Amino acid sequence: MANDTDTQPEAPDALEAPFPTKRMHLNLGPSHPAMHGTVRAVVDLDGEDIHAMKLDIGFLHRGFEKSCETVTWNQVFPYTDRLNYVSSIMNNVGYALAVEKLCKLDVPDRAKYLRVVTSEMHRMSDHFTLVGAMGLELGAMTVLIYAMEARDLLWDRLTEICGARLTSNYARIGGVARDVPPEWEAKVLKTLDRSAELREEIDKLLTRNRIVIDRLQGTGVLSRAEAIGYGFTGPCLRATGEPYDVRKAAPYLVYDRVEFDVPVGSNGDNFDRYLMRMEELKQSDRIVRQCLRQMEPGEIAVADYRYVLPPKPEVYGSIEGAMAHFKLIMEGVKVPAGEAYSYIEAANGELGFYVVSDGGGRPYKLGVRAPGWNMLMALPEMLEGQLLADLIPTFDTINMIGGEVEQ
Amino acid sequence: MSQAAAERLKERLPDAVADSYEGVGGDDVAIVKKERIEEVCRFLRDDPELLFDMAPYITAVDYQGEEPRFEVVYQLYSTKKNHRLRLRVPVPESDPALRTVTTVWKGANWYERYCWDMYGIRFEGHPDPRRLYMYEGFVGHPLRKDYSLRGRQPLVPERQVDEPFRGPGPARRD
Repeated sequence: MANDTDTQPEAPDALEAPFPTKRMHLNLGPSHPAMHGTVRAVVDLDGEDIHAMKLDIGFLHRGFEKSCETVTWNQVFPYTDRLNYVSSIMNNVGYALAVEKLCKLDVPDRAKYLRVVTSEMHRMSDHFTLVGAMGLELGAMTVLIYAMEARDLLWDRLTEICGARLTSNYARIGGVARDVPPEWEAKVLKTLDRSAELREEIDKLLTRNRIVIDRLQGTGVLSRAEAIGYGFTGPCLRATGEPYDVRKAAPYLVYDRVEFDVPVGSNGDNFDRYLMRMEELKQSDRIVRQCLRQMEPGEIAVADYRYVLPPKPEVYGSIEGAMAHFKLIMEGVKVPAGEAYSYIEAANGELGFYVVSDGGGRPYKLGVRAPGWNMLMALPEMLEGQLLADLIPTFDTINMIGGEVEQ
Repeated sequence: MSQAAAERLKERLPDAVADSYEGVGGDDVAIVKKERIEEVCRFLRDDPELLFDMAPYITAVDYQGEEPRFEVVYQLYSTKKNHRLRLRVPVPESDPALRTVTTVWKGANWYERYCWDMYGIRFEGHPDPRRLYMYEGFVGHPLRKDYSLRGRQPLVPERQVDEPFRGPGPARRD
């Protein structure tokens, strides 16, 4: 025993064999299972440490803006579905609000509620997708299965009102496309109950899981000031401690009539971003339940045939109806000349539309502020000096969606 | 709230602001001279009454046939004051260049690359002045109004498919 205390404690790396490493350039993507979408990252590696990282995007660029400039205002809706394809109704609603801002149009109450209900359900599906995919990539396949079940239940409800799981095409200028089918509300409540159960299961599997905590805590950190400078919004910004949420800062639709909390983190790391998503799932659940209680039967679109298609009996039975229909289809909605910027809180942050109209039936310019853009832009800074393995969860929690970032 | 930010900007930097007005929906809009954009942005970020610490979106518009032809549009937001401001900066076609604002907000980086890629507006002093979506060697700027909608420039030659129902490949393969 005495001998042991006499010897000097050795330096921790004294016994390690020298292991010289060579700088290595590694190409991740554009087609790689861990790079959702088609982002190419060139990482400069020293062993496992990321020294430098450069992103190369544009492989999914489809010319969204150019396409929109050649179609009528209402024909843009299917294109917006394909921006963030996991939560397409929010894109529909964001675009509809931007055009309505330019038209100075106020939609009926029921349409507002329907927009909020469907948006929040899509927010939940977006967060479920993120958490599930993150679980999968960290080795927790079960989480993905649970999340997919919850997501598809939510999508089933949305399919019942808009006919598609992903490409919803639900909102319209001046309202929404159609009302809910009978007994839909009761089904939604049951779906929410089930998705809450699944959320609890996922919570139990991940939140106190040693492996998950080790992988997520302290990785992909960005400070509050940096995040603001980079233009972060949504859960990624709130994870750094900045409580900015468009639904609270500039309430639109009926968000001022419902009660919900905005979760705020403190560390700005992957784990906080994950926790934001889990808490927002709860809050969206609350919003949907309140909206379903408050919602009353009524009109789902304005009765102004300069903006909204007249009902079919009027189209076939009256000359005014036929003319309004013809003009809307052939020429498009006449949006007053001008420019406006409208923004909503999408699943990943501020989704903005900058619209310019020359008074015609087609957009003169339609710019999309995709929330994922700024997060992806900051990825190299979040990862430099960290391990290559940290790239995977960081890429997951910023939830970059190729469709909207690469337009 | 509306107009307060643009008024203050006009009061403090009168010769940099050409005009200010209330946009649709009560938006606060100022038209800024392009030579002064970096200075204006720095003022907007640092002024204790304005504190625009975030630039959520920067884009450009091509008003073909008008003079000046282009316009760069900055949407600004202050997380501390919760107010917004839109800056419109006319840029002539003869000299489509202005100072970068990446020195003010790091988040402007990719938006400025986007404006260069799509509209051909240069940002002087930009740390990484590459195209954003298109590849190096792409000719032209696709969102300019005079860029043809069918202006295809494939990197790899597109294959001619004679039988659309059979697809490419040697004949009598199937």
